Amino acid sequence: MIYREAGQFKTSYAQDQALFPIRQDRYGMAAILATAFVLVPLFGSAFFLNTIMIPFLVLALATIGLNLLTGYAGQLSLGTGGFMGVGAYACYKLTTFFPEANILLLILTSGLFSAALGVLFGLPSLRIKGFYLVVATLASQFFLEWCFNRIPWLYNHNASGAIEVPARSAFGVVLTGPSATPLARYLAVLAVVTLLTLVASNLVRGRIGRSWMMVRDMDIAAELMGVRLLRTKLLAFAVASFYAGVAGALMVFLWLGAAEASSFTINVSFQILFMAIIGGLGSLVGSFMGAAFIWILPMDPADPDPRGTRRLRPLARGRHGRADQLHADRRSDHPDPHSRAARHGAALADRQATDANLAVPLLGQGTAIVGEAHA
Amino acid sequence: MDLLHAVLVDPFVQMASLPDFFVQVLWEGLVSGILYALIALGFVLIFKASGVFNFAQGIMVVFAALSLVGLHAIGVPAYLALALCILVMLALAVAVERLVLRPLVNQPDIILFMATIGLTYFLIGLGELIFGGEPKVMITEELGLPTGSFEWETLGGRVIFQAIDIAAAVIAAAMVAGLALFFQKTRIGRALRAVADDHQAALSVGISLQQIWAIVWFAAGIVALATGIMWGARSDVSFALQIIALKALPVLVLGGLTSVPGAIVGGLIIGIGEKLGEIYWGPLLGGGIESWLAYVIALGFLLFRPQGLFGERIIERV
Repeated sequence: MIYREAGQFKTSYAQDQALFPIRQDRYGMAAILATAFVLVPLFGSAFFLNTIMIPFLVLALATIGLNLLTGYAGQLSLGTGGFMGVGAYACYKLTTFFPEANILLLILTSGLFSAALGVLFGLPSLRIKGFYLVVATLASQFFLEWCFNRIPWLYNHNASGAIEVPARSAFGVVLTGPSATPLARYLAVLAVVTLLTLVASNLVRGRIGRSWMMVRDMDIAAELMGVRLLRTKLLAFAVASFYAGVAGALMVFLWLGAAEASSFTINVSFQILFMAIIGGLGSLVGSFMGAAFIWILPMDPADPDPRGTRRLRPLARGRHGRADQLHADRRSDHPDPHSRAARHGAALADRQATDANLAVPLLGQGTAIVGEAHA
Repeated sequence: MDLLHAVLVDPFVQMASLPDFFVQVLWEGLVSGILYALIALGFVLIFKASGVFNFAQGIMVVFAALSLVGLHAIGVPAYLALALCILVMLALAVAVERLVLRPLVNQPDIILFMATIGLTYFLIGLGELIFGGEPKVMITEELGLPTGSFEWETLGGRVIFQAIDIAAAVIAAAMVAGLALFFQKTRIGRALRAVADDHQAALSVGISLQQIWAIVWFAAGIVALATGIMWGARSDVSFALQIIALKALPVLVLGGLTSVPGAIVGGLIIGIGEKLGEIYWGPLLGGGIESWLAYVIALGFLLFRPQGLFGERIIERV
């Protein structure tokens, strides 16, 4: 960071654990929110809102969801695209049944369907981990994609097989469909993303977030220290899928306006995973940065198809250096017990070195928990 | 009751009533299983030696096949093109080791995984730039591979075998045998096994990790070339092929990430299971279940054996 917190003393646990313990962070966040809520709507053109801001916010929300799962709880997932689809299709069905209901409420509700499926597909994580778990999440990705294609009920038996977003409103303002203004859609997306980001940042600095990080650093150790793996892991899957579902519903209803099964392919999952890794695993701000880096940076202003239907192909170079750097920054304060050095250290029966390696993150987590107990 | 009958009884009745068709389905499954196994083999070679989960294996298959076809298209004789292709794979292996793996030594697995995904996109772009995006026809005859098919009258019907499929099976078997010999009998093979066993211990007895990594990527490149020729001969050489890299994932976890026999057996199980499921149980669900059945089969196995069929037992210590 470019500023220091020297002179800002915290005298209570509550101050230390505040959402923004540093003054500059509070001012910075206020400035960012003011820009997003006031300046961008005042000066942003429809093109800017449609092709940059709305997609950026939607993708950032999906990235936050994946980051909670992969970055905080340590469960690698390639099923994000599928769960975004669940949210979108759930929202479509809900708005078919309740055309008069507040569309924002429906979008948030559709996340619950996605969360329920997330718990179901998260069950294997109790038994398998790492790359093995990737296969389980890939199963969910391909299975859900297949469902979107093969179950006509999901898209109301349309001949085209696609879902077309009808005009729906919230608080008397038309938010979806062709008649909705970009400004209204932008503000709606921004409100939802701000709300859910706030929820996420509160989740990760509380008991739940800390138990996720314990599971990430070493789940057996976490279990020994009293973290219930079943609940913790499934909660991570539920929350991550909820975020993905809401992001998917926002994507279709407030950004694209129409979607089909091919809008939620494995490529979407990869793209979100790229964003999470480049932004930095285990960082909420990073999720926004990663989304910006991948969505906005390769943007071509002369794009003939600015509604975002083009397939974004991530650049191959220059990126890993950056991800690597960001990750190295994170690693410097979070020694990773799964690093290869630690594993092979164990294989060499070099127990002392291994124990020292592993003790650091556990101690860190332990003290955090003790601290909470005292508070 | 009807559902149970349709799931548990009816498919087997169908199998028994048309045994020749059943054999045909088995054979088709076996052949695609062999190709899955070949891709998984490339994965396993690299994973064993460097701990890198090489997502780029699928595009390496495409890239190798494209180079072969491309070289032949500009007038290089088929066998010379094959030799040149092997050189291309060698250059690729050295370049990957220098530019991708070396700067990322000792990074977490997921970073290396992402690096190979990046490599995938890079190779897609490079391949499209050099060879163009349209599908191409594999130079099957020029390479002296058999074409055509023959029928086998049996079980009250006939089963059709494609000659190229049999050639694929033979070449795959020969390649696995060759790799096994290479691993067991040569000096480099021993070094490879040492590295696979323990990086630090291997380093301490003077094995050059970087050299070994280049060699395994080269070996995986050769496997990719063979896979590309076989798969290209069955359909076209196109970029759509690289999606089979994802199909190799369930094969890998089924067999165990570090086991060569596991890759073979896993490939065959997935290939046959997928075909049988699609033909006999698929209609119940409206078809198209091939897209996810492989993952579900692998998942089912994993729930009972988390380390895969032949994988090393996972022992975790705190």
